[in-house]
Parts: sequence; C-alpha cells; structure tokens
Amino acid sequence: MQPAVSIDHLVKQFDPAGVGGAWRRALGRPLKDPIVALDAINLQVQRGEVYGIVGSNGSGKSTLARVVATLLLPDSGSVQVFGHDVVRDARTVRRFMNRVSVEASFFKKLSPLENLTFTARIYGLPAGEAHQRIFEILKRLDIEEKAIRRPMDQMSRGQQQKVAVARALLTSPVLLILDEPTTGLDPRSKREVQDFVREVCDTHDATVILMTHDMDEAEQLCDRLAVIDKGRILIEDKPSALRLEGETLEDAFIRLTGHAVEVHEPDKAAAGGGG
Amino acid sequence: MVALGRELGASYAFVERNFRAVRRYWGWEVVFLFYSIVNALTVAYIAPGGVLVAGQQFDADRLILFLVVGTVVWAYLNSVFDSVAFMVSWERWEGTIESTFMAPIRRVTFIAGSSAFAVLYSFARAVVILVVVALFFSLDLGAANWVGAFAVLAIGSLGLLGIGIMSAALPLLFLERGSQMTVVVQASLLLVSGVYYPVEVLPDWLEWFSVISPATYVLNAMRAAVLDGVTLIDLLPHFGPLMLITAVTMPVGVWVFGWAERYALRHGRLKRSG
Repeated sequence: MQPAVSIDHLVKQFDPAGVGGAWRRALGRPLKDPIVALDAINLQVQRGEVYGIVGSNGSGKSTLARVVATLLLPDSGSVQVFGHDVVRDARTVRRFMNRVSVEASFFKKLSPLENLTFTARIYGLPAGEAHQRIFEILKRLDIEEKAIRRPMDQMSRGQQQKVAVARALLTSPVLLILDEPTTGLDPRSKREVQDFVREVCDTHDATVILMTHDMDEAEQLCDRLAVIDKGRILIEDKPSALRLEGETLEDAFIRLTGHAVEVHEPDKAAAGGGG
Repeated sequence: MVALGRELGASYAFVERNFRAVRRYWGWEVVFLFYSIVNALTVAYIAPGGVLVAGQQFDADRLILFLVVGTVVWAYLNSVFDSVAFMVSWERWEGTIESTFMAPIRRVTFIAGSSAFAVLYSFARAVVILVVVALFFSLDLGAANWVGAFAVLAIGSLGLLGIGIMSAALPLLFLERGSQMTVVVQASLLLVSGVYYPVEVLPDWLEWFSVISPATYVLNAMRAAVLDGVTLIDLLPHFGPLMLITAVTMPVGVWVFGWAERYALRHGRLKRSG
C-alpha cells in the first residue's frame, strides 16, 4: 500500500547570511557555513498512523513539518504526500493536508466564527455546510456560543489552540501535521488539546504527524516515533520498543541523543524558531 | 468553471475577512479617517493662505479644488497602494502568513482578493473625505463629470496595483526592511506625481519620473474631469498611458511576487519575524 508520506534523502540547509549571502557570493567574499537543518532524512508514514517526531529545540522538527506542509522548498531529496510531490504538486498536496503550528495563527481581533468562515471560503466549502460544521466542531470543543462570536484575543491560549485544531478539521484533511500543538499551554489546556487530538485520531480517517518535545504526549498519542537530533533521524520504532527495561521515554531520548530535551520557549517558537 | 468559481469564492474570502478586521479595529479607522480629513482641509487652506502670503489676487477657489482633488485622489491611491503593498506584512503581523500560503488556492487569488479589498475600502474612505471637505468649503462640484472621474479611478487603480503587488513582494525578500522599502516607494510616488502641484515645477530629472508614475495620469485626468467637467471621450487620451502602465506593471508585479515567494520558500523567509 502506498504510504501517506514518503521522505527520501531530504536535505535542507539555511544560509545564515540571508540575502547578504548573494552579495557575498557576487563580491567573492567568504561565505558563512550553512546551517544544516535536515540531513538526509528518510522516513515513511503509513495511512491512518499517528507518527511522532520527537526532538529538542533546533533539532529540525519544525523545518521538517514545514517542508511536508509545502512551506519550505527542500534543497535535495523528495517528499511525497499520497504519491504527490510537495514541490511539483504543492497545490494538490495542500488540498488534502493541514497543519496546526505551535502558535494559533489567526486574526486575533476576529471571532472563531469569522476566522473559520474565512478558512471555509478559501477551501471552497459551501457556505451553509461550513456554517453548520463550524458550530458543530466548536461546540464539541466546549467553546461557549457567546465566545464563538467574540474576538479570539479574549480566549485563553488553550482555547485558541483548540480552535486551531478545529480549523484544520474543518478542511477534512487526510494528513494532519501537528507541530508542537500543546507547547506553552497550561496543564489543563494541554490535556484538553491532547484529548481532542486523540478524539480526532479515533473518529477521523486521517494520518497524523505529531512534532513534539513532550515525551508523555508522544507516548500517549503516537503509534510510532522517530527521534530527530541535529537534523538526523536517529531511530524510529514503537514508543514501547524505544525504551529499555525500566526506562522512561525521556531516559531513552537522553540515551539516544546524549542530551535532555530542552525546555521550550514559547516566544522563540512564536518567532518561528522552534525545533 | 467550477475551479474558477472556487478561486473567486476564495478571493471574496479575503475581501470579507479584511472588512471584518477593519470593523473590529473601528477605533483606529475613525482616527485615520479623521486624520485624513484634517489633512485634506489643511492642504486646501494653502490656497486662501497663498493669496495672503503672495499679496496678489488669483483664483483661490480653483486652487482649492485643485488641491482637494489632489488630496482626495492621493488619499485613495495611497490607501490602495498601502493595502496591497502591505498584504504580506499584514498576514505576517497577524501571524497567519503560513496558513494563508498553505491554502490550496492560486497565489493570484490571494492577490486579487487583497486588491479588491484595497480598492473598495479606499474608495469608501475617499468618498467620505471628499464629501466632508466639499461641505466644509462649500465647493461647487456641479460641473464635474463623475462618470469620467469614476472611470479614471477604476483604470488608474490597476496601474498602481501592479506597483503595489511588486512592493508587496519586498517583505518576502527582506523580513525586516521590506516594509520600510515599501514606504520609500510610496513617498517617491507622492513627490513625482503632482499631487499638490503640476509636475512641470519639478526639476527636469525629477519630472522624468512622473512619466512612469500612474498617479500622474490619474491626477491629471481626475482634475480634467472634476475641475473642467471634461467628457469621457475627451478623457480617453489620459487612459492610454494608464493602460500601458497597467499592461506592464500588472504581469510584472504578479511575476515578481511569485519569484519572491519561491525565494521565501527556499530560504525560510515566510515565517513570522516577531
């Protein structure tokens, strides 16, 4: 059976000089060493699977998520989503994929209803059907009727993140990329989002890729896990198979990478500097 | 046909969302509108003030109308340019740029939606400014050719949109400085287009730039329509340069935007910069 996501020798580097790099090249000045974000990544995610990618800040998780989500072009290698190349067939891939990032990205002065109506329109959902589904999904998320019409900046981060998951669901994606969806949330909000993700996995025929540095979250939600460090996949297996006897998943992570998972800084993540 | 309908629906999504955002930021909208009206009144007062300063008589009413048309048209063109040129910056500032660029729509749909919003929003503002200023100075606009004026705005907007789209690409290339460069483009258009004076007063080397600014032709045509009531047929010669500029800037703008987007996707410059 064709895998949901197939990644073959994916390489992504960043020029630290940015646009200045082109000038340096033109003027024959020495170039700064490129930052290797993804170093020959190979992996396959099967249909219907919840596949976790765990790593610390700067390990390459978010870069990988962005390449699969068509938000970054790879330098070499290939990424296929349901047989479609993310570079050549980006628009086709976008049609059946959605991503929830560490920061709930909305027009914060607009209400959940207004933000989700916008999403419904750009994804071509009929207005009547969209309106009904928006209310269904938001009510299932325990978002009060009044809050649905209030600006999102009056909601807690946890609620905003739940609306972000709802937005992704509204488009009925067959591939859902969750890029640290619970980072920076308080324990209660975190559990609510995790419960919702679990419910989505149980009730929707979707493949999920979850990027996280939260080992408990990874163990609870994922069928298989890959450990990524310095842009390389070190190992992939079922969570239980990654642990030695008596080890927690975090212990296994430290054993495999040689360092602990760093505490994530939400501000840094908001600036796009996540793993 | 279905695909076209879907893209049009998606374009409308940007118009609707942006108007909703304007409504939510209504306090700022009132402040900006108040500022624009006061600015237009202040500029118009240069005419009667000029009579006192120069110490000689000239047709101050015509000069008021000349300045009012310049101010209102510039308020419109500036707003169109602003809304289009900052479409990427706005998405980035709100934090939605990645989800917008990940949507399964053509990029031209995003541009068209943002441009349609820019034109509608700016037109509404310009009408309010014109009405208030006209009432304030009891301007006689009875001789104006409003159909012609509307046609000038419609055609003139297209040429400016092309330049706006090119400017919108700048923040995709330069995360921090892109928006600043956009303001430089905007200010340059203000200087060379004859907003408050005929371009003939500019030094030759600067006047040359007025030839490539669509705002120059919009202002000339608009003054002909509003001050002199020139008929639509007689306005046609003004449309030629505007259409030529549109024919060049629009496709170039869309191409530049696409190129800049590919650059941003290759170098990771799409994401929010804070």
